[in-house]
Amino acid sequence: MANNLYEKLWQSHVVHEESDGTALIYIDRHLVHEVTSPQAFEGLKLAGRKPWRVSSIVATADHNTPTNHWDRGIEDPVSRLQVETLDANIRETGALAYFPFKDRRQGVIHVIGPENGATLPGMTVVCGDSHTSTHGAFGCMALGIGTSEVEHVMATQCLLQKKSKTLLVRVDGALGKGVSAKDIALAVIGRIGTAGGTGYAIEFGGSAIRALSMEGRMTLCNMAIEAGARMGFVAVDDVTINYLKGRPFAPTGAQWDAAVAYWRTLHSDEGARFDRVVELRGADIRPQVTWGTSPEMVVSINDTVPDPAKESDPVRREAIERALQYMGLNPNMPISSIKVDKIFIGSCTNSRIEDLRAAATVLKGRRIAANVKLALAVPGSGLVKEQAEREGLDRIFIDAGFEWRMPGCSMCLAMNADRLEPGERCASTSNRNFEGRQGAGSRTHLVSPAMAAAAAVAGHFADVRELL
Amino acid sequence: MEKFNRLEGLVAPLDRVNVDTDAIIPKQFLKSIKRSGFGPNLFDEWRYMDVGQPGQDCSARPKNPNFVLNQERYRGASILLSRKNFGCGSSREHAPWALLDYGFRVILAESFADIFFSNCFKNGVLPIVLPANEIEALFQLVNVTPGFKLTVDLSAQTVVCPDGHTIPFAVDPFRKECLINGWDDIGLTLRHADKIGEYEERRRAEQPWLFA
Repeated sequence: MANNLYEKLWQSHVVHEESDGTALIYIDRHLVHEVTSPQAFEGLKLAGRKPWRVSSIVATADHNTPTNHWDRGIEDPVSRLQVETLDANIRETGALAYFPFKDRRQGVIHVIGPENGATLPGMTVVCGDSHTSTHGAFGCMALGIGTSEVEHVMATQCLLQKKSKTLLVRVDGALGKGVSAKDIALAVIGRIGTAGGTGYAIEFGGSAIRALSMEGRMTLCNMAIEAGARMGFVAVDDVTINYLKGRPFAPTGAQWDAAVAYWRTLHSDEGARFDRVVELRGADIRPQVTWGTSPEMVVSINDTVPDPAKESDPVRREAIERALQYMGLNPNMPISSIKVDKIFIGSCTNSRIEDLRAAATVLKGRRIAANVKLALAVPGSGLVKEQAEREGLDRIFIDAGFEWRMPGCSMCLAMNADRLEPGERCASTSNRNFEGRQGAGSRTHLVSPAMAAAAAVAGHFADVRELL
Repeated sequence: MEKFNRLEGLVAPLDRVNVDTDAIIPKQFLKSIKRSGFGPNLFDEWRYMDVGQPGQDCSARPKNPNFVLNQERYRGASILLSRKNFGCGSSREHAPWALLDYGFRVILAESFADIFFSNCFKNGVLPIVLPANEIEALFQLVNVTPGFKLTVDLSAQTVVCPDGHTIPFAVDPFRKECLINGWDDIGLTLRHADKIGEYEERRRAEQPWLFA
């Protein structure tokens, strides 16, 4: 029987199945960070339970950590307590690896897992963070879980799940110049909506996806959750295998060969069926910019802000009106006329080396516009930062007027000091443009790294294709 | 987990689509290492005129008079009515913790985001999916009926209006049983500890690189 990738991943991890279809799924990798784990560790302790398999845990502190003045430590006492609580919990429990605040390999959890080879094809990967879907880029079943589930996985090494429906998003043909994985992700969300993937596991396929690097595939799978899908994945191919070779936690020698032989089976079989298929043409995708307070409120750089008067559905009309009011925008204004106050290049979506290179290509020899108050470049991890500095990218950012920061989640969700002031508008490479996401009253426009760089230089949204 | 079986409760309408977890409980409150005390900060940015800080006494903060939960008629509501894709966004379980701490035991919506939906069941909050026409009718009824109450019966899987109109709803049988009995699902899973151990040993032999 022809199976799709999700069916293969599911079948290989079922420990037990109830008659109603609720299954115990074995978890291979448990990623842990400071925000969603303290109550789980506490619950475990209160119940007198021990973690089932400590060597499945890889942990880091990323959400609360500052991105500058590391010599001062974590100045916010509430943030500090949360990070110290993780330190203490991992010290007591143990882990395969812990990259604490200030460690050379510390960084955003969804960046450090893959770059250390702790995310491997065919694994089930969980983390108390919705963007765990990122790891699906490696042909993994990777999903975000709540804190009760974090505790459940610690105690039992399993997750209670029901099988999802499957959605194939196929993108064929070459992408245009200046168009990236982020633009594919936003175009898909624009097409199917933020609830379009609810109840589904999304497989991304087609020649445009095959042509993406691992960094691009991670960006795409990262945004699956913004389409409502708890999981997104890409089949294993040479790109996957070449990326993993030599990574610290990747297998070596005979085990590498055995692993690769297995990994090569991790694709949907010829003729495999999906519950739903959505197709896009790579050549049709233009650089995307969100205009509203949901990732589905997105258009291309060449478009205008929608007019609620043209929307016939009253609930949608009201949502558009509310979003325009919050965002301080007028109907029908060109996207390219919207001025920005701040720029954020970073987050688990777009803080990897390729993202920094794409932005640097645009910034090289240019300066940020006078009206841009702050431009932040926040590498996803200590290792990404080192690599970028070896390539001289830090100089390009700094010469252009950016601040070159230390790794962390930073202004994506503004749990640390990096945030927007009320009413400030940001071109951001992060994943959510919700009200208040980057600080109370913040106005977020989601874009690719290259488009964020173009906005930085122009002072307003601009078509990066004209700058390349 | 607190049991849930039957509830007659006041309904508060939150007439928006895509109510996200950042709106339900903003990020600054996620710094807490506790599970409780999030209720005063539920919908913080919509509810108050100032920017809230963790640990602050909220009783003296300026309230937004236009926000629905600040209206006297919805005080003490235990059932929240909303629209499509409720709970979208992050995996933060602080969202159902905040709803529960405020006093909500039931959320009625046209659809829910997956992670939020699952998090609710782990905390004694019942998320119920109802058809669009029923949701629309409930909004109209709530708006014109002061003190509008509904009776939610999990055993019978019904939402009953004051006039007797009964709306059936679907719920996963396993989740229903856990909620009615207040069961801890870790305890339930550990009944299969032998099976988990066997699976693990087989996998360790077949794919040793996963256990390095």
